[in-house]
Amino acid sequence: MRAPSPLALRSWGSRLGPRKCLPNSLSQSRIITRPTYRAVASYTHPHHASALSVLPTVLDTSSQEYRENSQQMQELIDRMNSLHTTIARGGPEKAREKHLARGKMLPRDRISALIDPGTSFLELSALAGHGVYEEDVPAGGIITGIGMVEGVNCMIVANDSTVKGGTYYPITVKKHLRAQAIAQENRLPCIYLVDSGGANLPHQADVFPDRDHFGRIFFNQARMSSLGIPQLSVVMGPCTAGGAYVPAMSDETIIVENQGTIFLAGPPLVKAATGEVVSAEDLGGGQLHSSISGVTDYLAVDDAHALILARRSVANLNYPTTTTPLQLENGNGDSLVIKEPLYDPNELNGIVGTNLRRQIPVHEVIARIVDGSEFAEFKRDYGSTLVTGFARIHGHRVGIVANNGILFSESSLKGAHFIELCAQRRIPLVFLQNISGFMVGADAEKGGIAKNGAKLVTAVACADVPKFTVVFGSSAGAGNYGMCGRAYSPRLLFMWPNAKIGVMGSEQLSAVMEAVGRSADPALKERIDRESEATFSSARLWDDGVIPPAQTRKMLGLGLTAALGGKAEPDVQTRFGVFRM
Amino acid sequence: MTLSSLLRITPRLTPTAARRTSRAVSSATNTSNATKSLDSILIANRGEIALRVGRTAAQRGIRVTTLYTDPDSRAQHALSSPFAFNLGSVSAYLDGDRIIEIAKKEGCQAIHPGYGFLSENSAFAQKCTEAGLIFIGPPYKAIEDMGDKSRSKEIMTAAGVPCVPGYHGTNQDPAYLEEQADQIKYPVLIKAIKGGGGKGMRIASSKAEFQAQLESAKSEAMNSFGDDKVLVEKYITTPRHIEVQVFADKHGNSVALGERDCSIQRRHQKILEESPAPHLPDATRKDLWAKARAAAEAVGYEGAGTVEFILDNDSGDFYFMEMNTRLQVEHPVTEMVTGQDLVHWQILVAEGAKLPLTQEEVEERIAQLGHGIEARIYAENPEQGFIPDSGRLLHVRTPTTSEDVRIDAGFVEGDDVSAHYDPMISKLIVRGANREEALRKLAVALEEYEVAGPVTNIEFLKTICKSPDFIAGDVETGYIEKHREELFAPKVIDEEVLAQVALACLHRDTVSGSRSSAGVAGSAVGFTPSYQERQLSFTETTVPGSPDGASFSVRVQQTADDTFNVEVGGRVFEQVVSRMDPKSQIVTSFFAHTRLDTTVIRDEDTIMAFQRGTQYRLTVPRAKWMEKALGLKDVTNSVLAPMPCKILRVEVQAGDRVEKDQPLVVIESMKMETVIRSPHEGTIARVVHTQGDQCKSGTPLVEFAESE
Repeated sequence: MRAPSPLALRSWGSRLGPRKCLPNSLSQSRIITRPTYRAVASYTHPHHASALSVLPTVLDTSSQEYRENSQQMQELIDRMNSLHTTIARGGPEKAREKHLARGKMLPRDRISALIDPGTSFLELSALAGHGVYEEDVPAGGIITGIGMVEGVNCMIVANDSTVKGGTYYPITVKKHLRAQAIAQENRLPCIYLVDSGGANLPHQADVFPDRDHFGRIFFNQARMSSLGIPQLSVVMGPCTAGGAYVPAMSDETIIVENQGTIFLAGPPLVKAATGEVVSAEDLGGGQLHSSISGVTDYLAVDDAHALILARRSVANLNYPTTTTPLQLENGNGDSLVIKEPLYDPNELNGIVGTNLRRQIPVHEVIARIVDGSEFAEFKRDYGSTLVTGFARIHGHRVGIVANNGILFSESSLKGAHFIELCAQRRIPLVFLQNISGFMVGADAEKGGIAKNGAKLVTAVACADVPKFTVVFGSSAGAGNYGMCGRAYSPRLLFMWPNAKIGVMGSEQLSAVMEAVGRSADPALKERIDRESEATFSSARLWDDGVIPPAQTRKMLGLGLTAALGGKAEPDVQTRFGVFRM
Repeated sequence: MTLSSLLRITPRLTPTAARRTSRAVSSATNTSNATKSLDSILIANRGEIALRVGRTAAQRGIRVTTLYTDPDSRAQHALSSPFAFNLGSVSAYLDGDRIIEIAKKEGCQAIHPGYGFLSENSAFAQKCTEAGLIFIGPPYKAIEDMGDKSRSKEIMTAAGVPCVPGYHGTNQDPAYLEEQADQIKYPVLIKAIKGGGGKGMRIASSKAEFQAQLESAKSEAMNSFGDDKVLVEKYITTPRHIEVQVFADKHGNSVALGERDCSIQRRHQKILEESPAPHLPDATRKDLWAKARAAAEAVGYEGAGTVEFILDNDSGDFYFMEMNTRLQVEHPVTEMVTGQDLVHWQILVAEGAKLPLTQEEVEERIAQLGHGIEARIYAENPEQGFIPDSGRLLHVRTPTTSEDVRIDAGFVEGDDVSAHYDPMISKLIVRGANREEALRKLAVALEEYEVAGPVTNIEFLKTICKSPDFIAGDVETGYIEKHREELFAPKVIDEEVLAQVALACLHRDTVSGSRSSAGVAGSAVGFTPSYQERQLSFTETTVPGSPDGASFSVRVQQTADDTFNVEVGGRVFEQVVSRMDPKSQIVTSFFAHTRLDTTVIRDEDTIMAFQRGTQYRLTVPRAKWMEKALGLKDVTNSVLAPMPCKILRVEVQAGDRVEKDQPLVVIESMKMETVIRSPHEGTIARVVHTQGDQCKSGTPLVEFAESE
């Protein structure tokens, strides 16, 4: 009611003023109409909308439940930390010492030196290969992740030669291919830090022949290069046989002298095949390839030098550098401040705990992930077991689809509607998954849960916007499909340490088996429990990594930046005549 | 008040007032018959003094014409006036005829010569006068008389001004010389006439040892120079350099504007000057002033001059050394303690006016204004024998100026300190109620003074300000030599400094490159935190050619957007919140125990850091791969240029076999010749630079062949 008063005073002034001073201009003053007073102000203050969206919290951090949850989750996180720390050391002590003695840098140090200072490296699937084979294969013998080099988000793939000589296990191949798939989807330049003995021969049957085996690496390189996604190799160790194609098929290749080698067959094989005796360096060393064969383009003295050359090459890609989201920049080109969530993300531990039978209040989770804890909820009161709405994560506008209970027909329809909105508006989707499944039972079937669930699955499958999935509880049954499980190609899929994945929980599974007339083996129950764990999932690359709950926002922020920062479309292509090479 | 200004206002006044004014005009005309108002002057100098003179001229509404040479075309003094003229070559500030020609052409009435260059050139002063220009300085005759050492001594002796007693005659009879020594009084200095470098020089502290010392001096002189003629002079054991600022007008008046003690010197050049001189008995002070005025009057002096004395600190006796017939570098010290603008005085005297103050009035002001001290800031390296440095001023931060803190500078940030001219960057002058306060203020101001680029003597000046004997006022011309150990003690680099420098390196990369991932920058993500750890190495910067300085390794682990764990030499600083302002280049870090604001300037491999009033110089060591990749050769086999210089002569050729200390190259820098000698025996592989080449400091001059 206050707002119009200055306006009213001004009109009064103008009405009285002229009448006094210029009595002749009565006609003019008559035109002025009385101001109308409205019951509601017609000016909306910009902060009101965001005030409306702020999620409240009802969390009681002093409650017994919170403390229990928090403690259990912390134990799990501590276990994860120590597991990751062990894995991050790489191969056995002896192998690392030998590696360093040769003047080589450890693969993680290579990555540190390669990426821009003050940026984060988003490592993917550090648990790959954990407990998969009889022997230890830390990180699957290969480190992959998204890192910023000269301001450009790049996919970095680094062999760890301290792990079984950097040879490719089946999981290594899978991880390499997954990294390439992420690079291709997000149009990220690839940098391969090659230091590998090639295929792991005892596992050759699971490495070599199939579609998604070793050969696919080079197929991907060729296809990505054709799409204008740069491929760079730094040869810091051996690249034998098939491995030789990684540098050979790159756009630009750097090699470290007296260290990197590229050949189709190594000296022993050459000797066996032709009787020729030749040293590795003479057969395929840096000097040879940089000055005689032309396989490599730059010769480096050591690892540090090679990485500087790689950074220079990235600087010359003429690739868009990653910047703050466009929407966030105001007219002056200054970027606006990104609001942190209002509530401490570390409280997520106490909110979720490790007991998945307990309902997790998803609004409390969202409030600790999105900017300013502001969430513009869509259809709040309809189908409330699925929460949908708009928010920002590190400044990127996203649509959030989050489970808050079992999926019913209404919630599925709501989800499909919301996904449609986001797809039309080109807003990336973030799925927060904690689903035991779609509702079952006569009522549900009568309500057409199969049909309505299918609508949600169709919407998820077809939405052509970047999708991200975080499993913060269970991921079971068709719920996994409706909530953008691995099969629905989210750009990245992360799991919290407490997450469980499987057709159904071990208890339900036993119940079903008993119902169909077979007794459940206790060992089976135990196995199902083990196979549902996040570490088991991550070891097999069913996801892109297990993450600390408190860092979900950061992970999604990095993922969104990578997804939205690349080159949009290939530019006008230069067409060449036939080269005689 | 000029005639024209009075006439201009006349029309607005009533007839009575006009009549009254016309009377005033006529009286004004009467008194100013002898004066000639100056409204346009040419400054025949460069750098800070040109700017200094220009400032006073501008305050008085006098148009200033400035001059510059090719290397100085963008210098501050040249830019300070729209009337700036190019003289051409480097040495053209000495081209008097051309300068007079420009002054005539531009309608300047007077030339201010500043100091150095043509300021004490009597021929130039004479030419100015002949060309109808006023030379702002004394009459050329006075310059001539004072420029001649023996003539000036004669005049001074005649005027009753004491000169250093000595015998410079041809009678070399030992008995006669001893007789002379007796008269001079012991200790005496026996010096070979052809001597130099301390050879052929002996001190006889009593009559008993005179003959022995004389014989020794003579035989050494004979051996060294083939001539055993000596002179005998009073030897002053703890000499102080004390000078008196005098002023005289065309009406026969003269005043002494106090004295200045300029005893702190290196390479016979002053670096600290103060007034009044410490521990000087009042009677001596008054006597000095009187003698200085007598000296000025004896030569019919006009304008600003300085009478330099040597004071024997042990006996309290002082002797005339010489008279400088110009405004001196350190004149602001006197301005601080008298509250006068000496350049304005010069202009008044040149115009023919009387001195603004009498001796009594000057003394009254000196009594009130306390103590003034000036520190000269040079681009030079004290650790390397104060040899001059040059280069671009990458960063300059000056103390806040006030009535008591004054800076006379010729350069601003971004300027080049040229190797062609004097390497003085600026003068910092402070005033305090007493000497203690002045020294405290000077120390604080020096700590606020940040210069990055060429090496400067600022750190050295800070050390002197903290030297106990200096604080006590026990000054003498040999101060720096006597306190060498104390003044050149190696400095410790704190862990915090290294941490700040390392953080600055990381911040700089982040600012210039890619901190853009919207708030997630730099923080560790996931369960594997090891990717954000960086190791940085630095070494202490040392003089070129000397062994490498201490090296340091810093590990920085970024834990969040602006939070770091830093480890330096076993000390760990956790959760340091740090930011850098890219404009001011200040890194502000909140350590657990304290906050630090450090300015870190980086010029490729050289890092200059300023923290809590101290400058640190560090070098980024060369990466292992560089040598091979860039074809860089280790320079241990080469002889390096110790300073920016010009090659005057090359004394050897490739293939020559040389002995240790054999001259290799003769270089010139700052008008000084230096002979670069062979550090060891060996064979010359290559002469890198030839005669006439300009070289940077640290560039190889001669390469030796690998030793067999």
